[in-house]
Amino acid sequence: MSSPAQTEIPTPLGDLKIQYTKIFINNEWHDSVSGKKFPVFNPATEEIICHVEEGDKADVDKAVKAARQAFQIGSTWRTMDASERGLLLNKLADLMERDRLLLATMESMNAGKVFPQAYMMDLDISIKTLKYCAGWADKIHGQTIPSDGDIFTYTRREPIGVCGQIIPWNGPLIMLTWKIGPALACGNTVIVKPAEQTPLTALHMASLVKEAGFPPGVVNVVPGYGPTAGAAISSHMDIDKVAFTGSTEVGKLIKEAAGKSNLKRVTLELGGKSPCIVFADADLDNAVEFAHQGVFFHQGQICIAASRLFVEESIYDEFVKRSVERAKKYVLGNPLNAGINQGPQIDKEQHTKILDLIESGKKEGAKLECGGGRWGNKGFFVQPTVFSNVTDEMRIAKEEIFGPVQQIMKFKCIDDVIKRANNTSYGLAAGVFTKDLDKALTVSSALQAGVVWVNCYLAMAVQCPFGGFKMSGNGRELGEHGIYEYTELKTVAMKISQKNS
Amino acid sequence: MITGFEYPELRIASTLLAQAGAKPAMSSPAQPEIPAPLSNLKIQYTKIFINNEWHDSVSGKKFPVFNPATEEIICHVEEGDKADVDKAVKAARQAFQIGSPWRTMDASERGRLLNKLADLLERDHLLVATMESMNAGKVFRNAYMMDLSLSIKTLKYCAGWADKIHGQTIPSDGDIFTYTRREPIGVCGQIIPWNVPLVMLTWKIGPALACGNTVIVKPAEQTPLTALHLASLVKEAGFPPGVVNIVPGYGPTAGAAISSHMDIDKVAFTGSTEVGKLIKEAAGKSNLKRVTLELGGKSPCIVFADADLDDAVEFAHRGVFTHQGQICIAASRLFVEESIYDEFVKRSVERAKKYVLGNPLNAGINHGPQIDKEQHEKILDLIESGKKEGAKLECGGGRWGDKGFFVQPTVFSNVTDEMRIAKEEIFGPVQQIMKFKSIDDVIKRANNTSYGLAAGVFTKDLDKALTVSSALQAGVVWVNCYLAMAVQYPLGGFKMSGNGREMGEHGIYEYTELKTVAMKISQKNS
Repeated sequence: MSSPAQTEIPTPLGDLKIQYTKIFINNEWHDSVSGKKFPVFNPATEEIICHVEEGDKADVDKAVKAARQAFQIGSTWRTMDASERGLLLNKLADLMERDRLLLATMESMNAGKVFPQAYMMDLDISIKTLKYCAGWADKIHGQTIPSDGDIFTYTRREPIGVCGQIIPWNGPLIMLTWKIGPALACGNTVIVKPAEQTPLTALHMASLVKEAGFPPGVVNVVPGYGPTAGAAISSHMDIDKVAFTGSTEVGKLIKEAAGKSNLKRVTLELGGKSPCIVFADADLDNAVEFAHQGVFFHQGQICIAASRLFVEESIYDEFVKRSVERAKKYVLGNPLNAGINQGPQIDKEQHTKILDLIESGKKEGAKLECGGGRWGNKGFFVQPTVFSNVTDEMRIAKEEIFGPVQQIMKFKCIDDVIKRANNTSYGLAAGVFTKDLDKALTVSSALQAGVVWVNCYLAMAVQCPFGGFKMSGNGRELGEHGIYEYTELKTVAMKISQKNS
Repeated sequence: MITGFEYPELRIASTLLAQAGAKPAMSSPAQPEIPAPLSNLKIQYTKIFINNEWHDSVSGKKFPVFNPATEEIICHVEEGDKADVDKAVKAARQAFQIGSPWRTMDASERGRLLNKLADLLERDHLLVATMESMNAGKVFRNAYMMDLSLSIKTLKYCAGWADKIHGQTIPSDGDIFTYTRREPIGVCGQIIPWNVPLVMLTWKIGPALACGNTVIVKPAEQTPLTALHLASLVKEAGFPPGVVNIVPGYGPTAGAAISSHMDIDKVAFTGSTEVGKLIKEAAGKSNLKRVTLELGGKSPCIVFADADLDDAVEFAHRGVFTHQGQICIAASRLFVEESIYDEFVKRSVERAKKYVLGNPLNAGINHGPQIDKEQHEKILDLIESGKKEGAKLECGGGRWGDKGFFVQPTVFSNVTDEMRIAKEEIFGPVQQIMKFKSIDDVIKRANNTSYGLAAGVFTKDLDKALTVSSALQAGVVWVNCYLAMAVQYPLGGFKMSGNGREMGEHGIYEYTELKTVAMKISQKNS
């Protein structure tokens, strides 16, 4: 994903007003049952943007009741033409396009996202995701099946029911559309819990859901914290599915809660420590740039970050040199300001964790090539950091950092690098750089990762399924397979008097 | 599974049943000739099967295996526990390594091996059917005709899939060429129930092996024998060592070791909802292994007044009495429209009285024992609750004989939705007949359960059939039939009856991990 040309982009809204700060249930705005609110921060300034109603179990219960009601047999939503669900999703996408500048400004301010990226990339992908899902709505086919016996058999892919969807703070708007797009295309009803750090664009989207004309109760948005509102969703006895994007640690709690409660279906998109392998025959400029973007994009706050970079021995020194040059080109600051291309980390907790991991790298003997500490004294900024001479047992080579820190390791042979790349409990993404066809096919087959990019990285597209092997997740999002994760398959077998082929 | 029972006096219904998916068992109203069970059955395999070799248990312990018709011990089997599961996982992991014979094998060759295994099962048909009947309390004719046929067919169906597990190429945005591969998940733990040990074993290993996984199978502690015999056939067929491993043992020990193992990539379980929850919880607590579950049910069967009555009575009957009611898809909530209720009950009772109970290996017996004392007691307790809560006992109602875990075929009428027998899974030969008046009402009542495995609808009206089958929350809905199982279609539960599907195309894919590969190209053209 190359950076968009910045000349085409308008300036962010100067007078952004936060209009929606309440809980959205049944197409109406509600105060929290407890009366509590929580503060929402600008991570670049550490200042409070506004206070938002704090949803907890009682609010989730209200939302579930609304969502269940909207899902009843005979309801407006259940009896609607599938094509009409598609029209509503397209309408929602159009309204996002209308409010593009406002949403991009809000996302940049609340999530610390560099404004041109928010405007071009986050909004583009979000809008495209909704339109992609809109197209699926009336193409969710069952099959007829030639089963044994005098039986006519067909399958239907029915909506699962009430879906809880827990959204992360790193790509709040994109992840929201990845969740609600497929769920709504298939005819489910949803309860969305945005991350407590970044609820603002989700709440604005809720207003657009109502404006687009979705029936009440189909989409409900309950801002709140994970251990309260999130736990209420994952352990709820009347929620049929939970979809979560976030840490592996919390993903485990969610699957455990599903087992303890009602066996709700679970899809998880979790952490990663994704390997990126550069062979000596690769186009070096190309590899350096993609590998760099792969880990520095959005301050490293991406689950698919290429945070283990394996470079073949013969080009190692040159690769490190160019990577360091590239990493030094950032201008840090408030991401809403022109000319800034690196914003802050999301909060103090993440900031502290990243700085701790950087310290561990220094202590464990990795060579610090640039960066290596915090930047400024206000806002959660981290200097773009590159480590060379990293070895596999160091913490920075094993733990997810979720910050702008690149680890460059050396490798000698293909079998060895495959083993090292797979030697992790994660399996989300991977990259391979080579011009050799057999190497590309062999390595991409052998790597345990839900997506493997060849001669590129972060080449996300809504058409492709995305998700983790091993402890990086369960299930897939987007693509045909991601749509089906929001369906329950029913087989109907009817006796007939005589079967003919 | 449709049973192999045949009754001359029910020729009309039998003919209909024969047309309804039960051809192997019922190609004609006359009973096909089947051989007598083996009288000198010797149990040859009683050890743990790892790496194509037989092992004693690490602990040195064994456990007894019973004949539920006589309560006598058939033999003792090596008792697998965590240490044995660890050994099996090491073998299975080794067999799954990149570059191994199994990983580098042609997909078509995996199919050939599965077909070979099916052929060997066919060769040992009589032996395995005798063993299944003796160990699982299965009426021999059913074991011979249905369980073996379905198991062999399952392996052959999966064999055909092995080289047809396609990925896709995808028109993704950008100058990118994208394709997907459906790769095997890895080491799969598979926990098999005691009610249909062989069929469920093939439902588990067939799809897993077709996709190229390696497996650790834990048969139920009640019924490990046919699984161990099949292990010997796995070796004979020529599967590489470590691909199939069989560890007999108990749920809380060997089963728990599988579900909480950090190096097992997927667990598939068929059994109770209670244990299914523990397994999913353990997967969350350990390594997020993929989970598929086929669990309990309290499946509704709805008979409208316009249905063919003979047909509906017979299917509804078999739906709950097959294999002494020990089937997860049992039609254990029968809703009959008011105007035909009394007649339906009368005929159902007549039908239920026609059983001859006894040792299922003996000729003429068509109703065997329940699997063990625990199940026997649970069923009798539920029957008592029905009597106490005011249901009308039409026939049966107690144990049969004083040896073996037999229960009299039992029918309750005037059952209402709040009674325990209308809410809890009984897993015994007990039929509950309820009354309904309107279609909207019966749909609501049918769906008012945390289960959602199967359902039946009987009507000649097209709109009723389509409306009700759409509205019912169940993984499979049978219309004008019941238990019409076929390997070609997916089976699994809505709600708390399970996660995922088995068999059919979808069941195959449950054993694959989807990988997207996106390659940069210089210029894309459509």
